[in-house]
Amino acid sequence: MTFDVLAMQAFTGLSIFTILMLMALGLAIVFGLMGVINMAHGELMAMGAYCSYGAARFFENFAPSMMDYYVFVGILLAFVVTSAFGFLLERGLIRFLYKRPLDTLLATWGLSLVLQQVYRQFISSKEVEVPTVSWLQGAWQPTDGIALPLSRIFIVVLAIVTAAAVYWLLFRTRWGLRIRAVTQNRAMAGAAGINTARVDAYTFALGCGLAGIAGSSFTMLASTGPTTGQHYIVDTFIVVVFGGVESLLGTISSAFIIGQMQSWFEFELSGSMARASILLLVIVVLFFRPNGLFATKVRR
Amino acid sequence: MAAAIAPVSRGFLQRYAIVILAVVLLAVLPLSLDIFRLGLAAKYLSLAFCAVGIVLIWGYGGILSLGQGVFFGLGSYMMAMFLKLESTGADTSAQALSSFFGSNLPDFMVWNSVEQLPWWWEPFHHVWFTIPAILILPPVVAFVLSYLNFRRRIGDVYFSIITLAFSAILAIVIIGQQGVTGGVNGITDFRTFMGINLDPDNVKIAMYYITCVLLLVCVLIGTFILRSRLGKVLVAIRDREDRVRFSGYDPALFKAFIFAVAALFSSIGGAMFTLQVGLASPSLVGITPSIEMVIYAAVGGRLSLVGAVYGAMLVGAAKTFFSENFVEFWLYLIGGLFIVIVMFLPHGLAGLLDKLPGAKRHRLAALPGPEPDAAGQAAGERPAARLAGEVGGGK
Repeated sequence: MTFDVLAMQAFTGLSIFTILMLMALGLAIVFGLMGVINMAHGELMAMGAYCSYGAARFFENFAPSMMDYYVFVGILLAFVVTSAFGFLLERGLIRFLYKRPLDTLLATWGLSLVLQQVYRQFISSKEVEVPTVSWLQGAWQPTDGIALPLSRIFIVVLAIVTAAAVYWLLFRTRWGLRIRAVTQNRAMAGAAGINTARVDAYTFALGCGLAGIAGSSFTMLASTGPTTGQHYIVDTFIVVVFGGVESLLGTISSAFIIGQMQSWFEFELSGSMARASILLLVIVVLFFRPNGLFATKVRR
Repeated sequence: MAAAIAPVSRGFLQRYAIVILAVVLLAVLPLSLDIFRLGLAAKYLSLAFCAVGIVLIWGYGGILSLGQGVFFGLGSYMMAMFLKLESTGADTSAQALSSFFGSNLPDFMVWNSVEQLPWWWEPFHHVWFTIPAILILPPVVAFVLSYLNFRRRIGDVYFSIITLAFSAILAIVIIGQQGVTGGVNGITDFRTFMGINLDPDNVKIAMYYITCVLLLVCVLIGTFILRSRLGKVLVAIRDREDRVRFSGYDPALFKAFIFAVAALFSSIGGAMFTLQVGLASPSLVGITPSIEMVIYAAVGGRLSLVGAVYGAMLVGAAKTFFSENFVEFWLYLIGGLFIVIVMFLPHGLAGLLDKLPGAKRHRLAALPGPEPDAAGQAAGERPAARLAGEVGGGK
């Protein structure tokens, strides 16, 4: 294996890592911190992707000169729309089911089916694509043998920025303090004067908004269809569970490990077999570390 | 669905739920449906095996398995492999090629330029290997996998996600290994089972009755398990696992056992499905069908073995009806069903029956369910000491 191949493989792994990380960050908050199994998380990603698509179409038709910057509008729109949807979802459905995690799973699965049909009926039953903006076309070539697509580099940067923002929000702001207080000890947080119901709603909305950002960035790599979300959901859960819930750093590390494995396995096996063996490997690891790879020791 | 029975009391419906189910399955449906609709009913009934298993593990064991499709698929594929080899053996065009390949090779393998029958296909030439394998392999797999996990005290939610991953894995492998599994098209095109032609109407009706009897046996086994002391321990584990452990029981063993029983039911269902529908397909293995099986149980009532059968038939019938008439409406309906059942009817139709306050006479004859204890139970609450009564009323 030459250095070039090695470098390309490592970059592919890095790219998959950032994609998985974007997908899993939202779920790490919703599932990891709040304990809500949101099976509609994939559909929220699709919602973000459709926001990006809508923004692209809008700029194409009304402001072609600004087309180069629609990406940012798309990401922002995706975050706003999906987090607003998440807020309503929490108020309307999830909050009644906090004590029944397995029922939440079923209800949100139902929601995911409904959303899929909404996408199919009101947007398009076919896959939609967005045009690649001019400054993300092509690839960066540090040497002759290595070509790193710009769009993937953009996603790497976006993922790092998003992760940093989430970290800052959770650990450096009062809101983050409240979120952590509520997730660690709800009763005490309530006694200390925190409006726990409101914190729940905003936390859930944040997690959903992150799903929107993830979906929006995926439009640069692949087309979006009504069932796109379902392709991602199992992998996303696996990343969070593998890393250990209640640990953002664990989620990021597990995304890194799984991303690298995916990249190397795909080099040796076919794509589908690589996916299957990774899932199997994760299950085996979970058997030895039931609380995830990076779980902090918790007394229950 | 069922014929209108004269208004009868709730107690009667609960007491004789299995008898009523037997009457509905063995007399009412065959007499009222034509052969095509009866075939559809048989298809839903094959899926009802999974639903009955899910009631056992989810309703009473507290384990939500999103991987029953795996065991359904194992049963289905093992039966399909046997049927395919038998059909291939009788196929003259395959015989013509057999001298080239060394033995008769199923058509899809030839198309995928597989040149030799894989070794794990070989034993499925024999029916006396196939049937024991269908009955033994899935429960053993289920027991080993779940026991290892339960021993490590992996939580409910984690276990659900692990089972979800298993069904994803099996579907991915089946679709990916097209040459030896038939890929996304599945295994199909069978003609005979042990020399019996599967096409004539009387064979189909016989198959229907066999399915019904097997299903009723499964419901009876389930009732028996739940009424036995084993069932009491199971419910105790669901409600307070730690206390049971401190009392000296090994909860993992009980949970793994009931999980294996559910796997056995699913596997039988899968085999009967393949025999009657003539297909083993990855579309019944993956995560979507596996989660859909849970809704069958939820519609009937997660604590009602008999209700699960009705749930499977109702949801199946609705699916067929909407796919024939309003395709675009189906996902809204099933999606909405998940939400409504979870939010408002956590005990499904069986729970609905109990909500009728002291209803001595009502017209819900088609929807009996043995759940005397669910009445008045607040949604989401799970009182710890609901041992007695919960399993009663099965018969």
